[in-house]
Amino acid sequence: MTVMIDRTAGDGPVGPPTAFLEVRDLRVHFPTEDGLVKAVDGVSFGLDRGSTLGIVGESGCGKSVTSQAILGLHKGTNAKISGQVWLDGVELIASDAEDVRKLRGSKMAMIFQDPLSALHPFYSIGTQIVEAYRVHHHDVSKKQAWTRTVEMLDRVGIPNPADRSKDYPHQFSGGMRQRAMIAMALVNDPELLIADEPTTALDVTVQAQIIELMVDLQKEFGSAIVIITHDLGVVAEMVKDVLVMYAGRGIEYGTAEDVFYRPEHPYTWGLLSSVTRLDRVREERLRPIPGTPPSLLNVPPGCPFNPRCTYRGRNGIPCATERPELVRSNDLHLVACHIPPADRSAAFLSDIKPSL
Amino acid sequence: MGRYIIRRLLGAGLVVLIISFLTFGIFQIGPALSGVPHAAAYFYVGKVSSPAQVAEVEHSLGLDKPWPEQYVVYMKGIVVGRPYTDGSTTVQCNAPCFGYSFRLNTPVWDLIKEAFPVTASETVGAAILWLFGGVAIGVISALRRGSIFDRAATIFALAGVSLPVFFTAELLLLVFSYGPKWLRLFPNVTYIPLTQNPLLWFQNLILPWIALAFLFAALYARFTRANMLEVMGEDYIRTATAKGLPRRSVVGRHALRSALTPIVTIFGLDVGGLLGGAILTETAFSFPGLGLLSFRAIQSEDLPIILGVTIVGALFIVLANIVVDVLYAYVDPRVRLS
Repeated sequence: MTVMIDRTAGDGPVGPPTAFLEVRDLRVHFPTEDGLVKAVDGVSFGLDRGSTLGIVGESGCGKSVTSQAILGLHKGTNAKISGQVWLDGVELIASDAEDVRKLRGSKMAMIFQDPLSALHPFYSIGTQIVEAYRVHHHDVSKKQAWTRTVEMLDRVGIPNPADRSKDYPHQFSGGMRQRAMIAMALVNDPELLIADEPTTALDVTVQAQIIELMVDLQKEFGSAIVIITHDLGVVAEMVKDVLVMYAGRGIEYGTAEDVFYRPEHPYTWGLLSSVTRLDRVREERLRPIPGTPPSLLNVPPGCPFNPRCTYRGRNGIPCATERPELVRSNDLHLVACHIPPADRSAAFLSDIKPSL
Repeated sequence: MGRYIIRRLLGAGLVVLIISFLTFGIFQIGPALSGVPHAAAYFYVGKVSSPAQVAEVEHSLGLDKPWPEQYVVYMKGIVVGRPYTDGSTTVQCNAPCFGYSFRLNTPVWDLIKEAFPVTASETVGAAILWLFGGVAIGVISALRRGSIFDRAATIFALAGVSLPVFFTAELLLLVFSYGPKWLRLFPNVTYIPLTQNPLLWFQNLILPWIALAFLFAALYARFTRANMLEVMGEDYIRTATAKGLPRRSVVGRHALRSALTPIVTIFGLDVGGLLGGAILTETAFSFPGLGLLSFRAIQSEDLPIILGVTIVGALFIVLANIVVDVLYAYVDPRVRLS
């Protein structure tokens, strides 16, 4: 059973974590000349081994920054990070940079959005995977590392892997490059895999293959996966839990079942409604969310979604003044919205569900 | 790759041919435009007493022929050599004959052969100095952006770019050759051939190297810094970090490798350009290289030397271009494999 972090009790849980990955009140702030950018502003979630969490939201909602903070990729930059990231009982935010480096790529690995720009153009695919393997296996010979690399490329479905491993990234197709990225991320058998928009840069036909590959590999290796995406189709297929982020915060968090079939936050309704439906008449295919995501320099007071929310201010609820906390709606479902749960469910059933 | 190089060499040959044709043309048309009758002949033989003699010289040197025809004779001379006669005396100019300086009574090629080792000595030493110095400063500046080191490097770069070589060279001489006794590390700087005394060769070249490298090191430091800052923001650097590589591998193996690629290009071109002669540096230190040779030739209007040095200089630049292209293909697999 997945652990739901309960923030109703004020500052959230204290003491040792119960889940394999536990993020508690994570904040990543970037001081800039224009002011403080609160890219991530209090995000909490948990994830068990062998389980998958989807983090969903528009561009700039802080989902990538969250994942990079877990890996410690902001160390050495001017980012101000607070909160806790527990991985298998070890807290990473306060850990020594060198200790986190040793976990990076071995215990926790990452797949990036655009595999062409994420691979070094001057080194062959094989060389880059060998490097990833040897940095965490010092006693392994170059030859052994190459054998392992070819094995991994074969496993992710690269045909003729012994020859193709000597190719450079530009000689691979988009899908093949992403497979190679996955091989590189999995070469050290990581227990946590973070996939940051792994299919966004790929053709639709290839997207399905990559998702299928990740599902297969998860069954085989039993790793925990965090998948970050704005593509709800991707999430629906493979995740167990979903965290919806908006303006650097979690606004709805629950099982995929709950979030997709009984969503309670108006923003989540918007996300679900804006999925293109080709089986509808043209006018009804796409229903965008009005307005634009807020600037993280200047998040609207109250509920950050309120300027775009059609339910704002109903029955005198303080949408524009008080920030709603992410609180339990039922056992496993957390929502940050001022509208009373009963009204939310009613609104969803009457206004949204018929058009989904 | 072999075919590519051959194609580039043929192209380079054509470019040098065109440059030689244009340069030759300018040097023939220029005197004609001056309005002085038989001006070209005056340039070749200096002041002669009677116009009749000048006309005779002009005729025997073939200067009265149309200049494209003279160009063919000149180019033929480079391949097989040719005699020069002013009517009374005849000198033989052996292949490769890039002309004959009547002022110095020497074939131009002999002058070039003599001056080239000087220029090559200056260029190679300075190039090593500025390449390593400039790149090192640039990398450290980029990694510690905004630090005291970075600011100092910015001032150094500004000084290097703004101060002309003839000023820095004189300054170095003033301090280290003519300064207080304890600072007089390099008195009487003069060129000593490497074959004659390697130690003195080295010692005497230190100041010219520094003067020449200062300017380029400043440029390279800025260029490297900008490249590094750009590359450090690339996705594949994030990937390298996410793999768990230590910072020195991320910087050295991943970032620097990319940041240096464009530097290969300008480095090749700069070295190629300098091999044609560093006029200011050589003049400041009185080093008898190609630069000083051209400078003196210009002062004394010794056209054959200017023509010869220009063609040789052009040859170096064109060759440097080819070397750069081949190197680039070697460094960047995207170029090599497409």
